[in-house]
Amino acid sequence: MRVTIRLFARLRDLAGSGELTREIPGPATVHTVWRSLTTEIPSLGEYERTLSVAINAEYSRMAAAVNDGDEVAFLPPVSGG
Amino acid sequence: MALVAVTRDKLNIDALTSELAGHATGDGAVATFAGLVRNSNQGRAVHFLEYEAYEPLAVRALARILDEARDLWPGARLAVHHRIGRLEIGESSVVIVAASPHRGDAFSACRYAIERVKQIVPIWKHEHFEGGDVWLEGATADPEDEAAKQNAYRIACA
Repeated sequence: MRVTIRLFARLRDLAGSGELTREIPGPATVHTVWRSLTTEIPSLGEYERTLSVAINAEYSRMAAAVNDGDEVAFLPPVSGG
Repeated sequence: MALVAVTRDKLNIDALTSELAGHATGDGAVATFAGLVRNSNQGRAVHFLEYEAYEPLAVRALARILDEARDLWPGARLAVHHRIGRLEIGESSVVIVAASPHRGDAFSACRYAIERVKQIVPIWKHEHFEGGDVWLEGATADPEDEAAKQNAYRIACA
């Protein structure tokens, strides 16, 4: 299946892009997408324990199922305000 | 004017205050908060900040904060606008207005909102300082984290 991966802040800098499109073998979870991403870009791995994730701009969990066409976002710790 | 917004435009706390509280005759109190870009951070001389957001989720997270505050202080009403893009020293990055019949709820709802903004809204500061730049990272955003929510409530009611 095809997923759009969104990366923000330092994750975007480390990946060199804020938006990637990747083919992921299904069935997949957010964690499957993350594992595929960190295999490609190992430096992202340091965020494994502090990430938040979202599917289609709604907060989600690593174990949540991902469907074809979904936008999966990986968010480093936030610092708004 | 929307009650929640993530915008590249300069923030206007007076306009937001008028929007929220200008017509409701039951209000006896308005509390406002503006977060400003400071010229120093952790010993670094800050030149400017660049804010980045995951905009659709940030707007939803702000709306969620308004819902939470409505449950906690049913008489209070809130508006929260957050700016993104490049901000110079002294500019407002976030403005919050809370209106209610009595001052206690207005102060509490306003304080609760800024604490929750810092916990769960997907916005990031990129600090440009004398000699370099750094992404600031605070809280792992988890809106379902009851301990974080309780902490914000405790601070709001202190």
